[in-house]
Amino acid sequence: MAAYPRTTEATGVLGWIDERFPILETWKAHMSEYYAPKNFNVWYYFGVLAMLVLVIQIVSGIFLTMHYKPDSELAFASVEYIMRDVPGGWFIRYMHSTGASAFFIVVYFHMFRGLMYGSYKGKRELVWLIGMALYLALMAEAFMGYMLPWGQMSFWGAQVIINLFQTIPVVGDSLSVWIRGDFVISDPTLNRLFAFHVAAVPLILVALVFVHIVALHTVGSNNPDGIEIKALKDDKGVPLDGIPFHPYYTVHDIPAIVVFLMAFFAIIFFMPEMGGYFLEHANFEPANPLKTPVHIAPVWYFTPFYTILRAVTLSPFMGTLAMFGAIIMLFLLPWLDRNPIKSWRYRNTAHMLNLAIFAAVFMILGYLGVKPVTPELKELGVRMTEIYFLFFIVIFAHSNSEKVGRYLVWFLVLAAAIVAIDFYRANPEDAESYGQIWWQMIWPIAYLAMTLLLPFLMRGCNAEKAVPERVTS
Amino acid sequence: MSNSIRKWIFVLIVPLLVFGILGSVGGGAGHGVALQSANVNFDDKASMQRGAKYFQNYCSGCHSLRFSRFNRVAKDIGLNAENGFSEDDVKTLINENLIFIRDAEGKKVKTGSLMKTAYNSKAAAQAFGASVPDLSLVGRSRGADWIYSYLNGFYLDPSRPTGMNNTVFKDVGMPHVLGNLQGWQTLEHSEGGEHGVPKLTLSKPGSMTGAEYDKLTRDITNFLAYVSEPAQLSRKMYGIFTLLFLFVLFGFAYALSKEYWKDIH
Repeated sequence: MAAYPRTTEATGVLGWIDERFPILETWKAHMSEYYAPKNFNVWYYFGVLAMLVLVIQIVSGIFLTMHYKPDSELAFASVEYIMRDVPGGWFIRYMHSTGASAFFIVVYFHMFRGLMYGSYKGKRELVWLIGMALYLALMAEAFMGYMLPWGQMSFWGAQVIINLFQTIPVVGDSLSVWIRGDFVISDPTLNRLFAFHVAAVPLILVALVFVHIVALHTVGSNNPDGIEIKALKDDKGVPLDGIPFHPYYTVHDIPAIVVFLMAFFAIIFFMPEMGGYFLEHANFEPANPLKTPVHIAPVWYFTPFYTILRAVTLSPFMGTLAMFGAIIMLFLLPWLDRNPIKSWRYRNTAHMLNLAIFAAVFMILGYLGVKPVTPELKELGVRMTEIYFLFFIVIFAHSNSEKVGRYLVWFLVLAAAIVAIDFYRANPEDAESYGQIWWQMIWPIAYLAMTLLLPFLMRGCNAEKAVPERVTS
Repeated sequence: MSNSIRKWIFVLIVPLLVFGILGSVGGGAGHGVALQSANVNFDDKASMQRGAKYFQNYCSGCHSLRFSRFNRVAKDIGLNAENGFSEDDVKTLINENLIFIRDAEGKKVKTGSLMKTAYNSKAAAQAFGASVPDLSLVGRSRGADWIYSYLNGFYLDPSRPTGMNNTVFKDVGMPHVLGNLQGWQTLEHSEGGEHGVPKLTLSKPGSMTGAEYDKLTRDITNFLAYVSEPAQLSRKMYGIFTLLFLFVLFGFAYALSKEYWKDIH
């Protein structure tokens, strides 16, 4: 029998495998000969941390599934059984509940890193889109997981979210019945959400993480300078500013992972409820369909979008649209921000302010989502929602910094739109909210002034810098 | 402007905006009634033991602790080998002092049973207009300070069916079970007392002095706060060891990274 020609230099077990599976090629392509820019800063840790948290969630989740009972009669008690009678059960559960919040913390940092350094530009659009799909899947996963303990907030939070589908005209009623599997949220709802939470969505998440990384490694990682390191290579074809991912970034990530774990375990062991933000107090009461809680607040990572939902009072359906629209806008970023410079370091000051204000507005929206509505806070929610959406228009307006006159036009058009909406919604008979509307108009107008008028009036705030050829430290 | 100054502006402007905007709008909702601090202490095993005794004697007739087991509770509140109790001692102590319920066949339940109640919740709904809640998790859903304030917050209110109302649980259905011990209070003014705590005065003294009664309610609170999460007795200790290990690991991980990166310029 003719021998196959040898296709690998490796010998032994590795050689045996490599002749049958491209293990060395894969290792080289993604680890030892994947050249990453050498100037990564702390913002670049959050990708690997997100992968770490995904693993933590899957492993702790498997152990929870061994003891959890997806039955509306038994679910709450089975969680308490895990907390009390299963050896180490409380630790597994806190890993999972803290992991859920930790996932969103690292993902929000990871996404903001992309915003700062323009990581969605220059053939990285697909990396960004896959990442956004991951974020969406993560939100679905978290929402369904939050249902499972079948506490008061599980039940009433699900009520709020599933009722959103009911606001869709014509098909809303039948759609929400189809989702619930019943006319009210009940045992079949819990069963199907369990199925999605432990099987369907995790599979999607893992598959998306895989393609996210494959797409990233095809185009190569961006960096804080937003420079394409592949533009300058040595005679072996290695980027001048690139270093092999392994061993350099693998060893570089370990201390960061340890620091992350310190915070993670400090929360698990010393403050697992995190003051009611990671585990809500009201969720320690079993679900009771007959007793509506006075104040329904979703978990903190959904609250920015919850505030947007509450801010748009035109109709429930418009509120739902605004909430989903807030996420869809993020998908569109690669086509809105058309400025050729990637990193904020070389963009104008107005762009830097735009990013900083967006981050602050997102946090304020999040804060408002956990608070009961008062006239002041309700109006602030509306104003922050306006800025949230204006951000995407302003980032488009910043695409070309040479036509300064356009800034003024954008400012006038957007400010006029804000004022027009205010005249439409202001009702002089409702004195309290009427006053709030007029004075809080300052927020979106000041935002537009800082991001559009400022670069129009002051040349220094519009100056972009030359992007260097080689990465800086 | 140099890049490092721009970076600092970027970093600082975000929290400044968040606190600036939230601060200038204000308007947070009222906090409701201020609570009295319970100062729970899980090292005070004697207090937890008294709390368990009072709970079983005064509360367990109606309220269950349906996620807790008698023998686990006994162990956690100090009836264990560490304190010189043999297994048989503990069994006897539990049987004589904690177990007052029987199973379907009329036998006393075993020491590993869940701390259920004999009271039927339908009967409770008929008698008090509300079903009687299980209290396993009240320490987490309401908090220890709330329990303490609740137990100290009963006052006379002739408009209520039981003749009693409560400062932190308006129009509560539960009668003042501990009234004979505490005595009967009247409400002076609902707000504006010290730190927003409503002011109550004792109009008819009970069998205990004020200090004795405070000690009793604190014991019950201590016990219920423990019951809400038994793991809290041990998890902090695990936390200290985990963090110590991670500190050491960080040192090695950092040194390894430094060693590799010294040839990257």
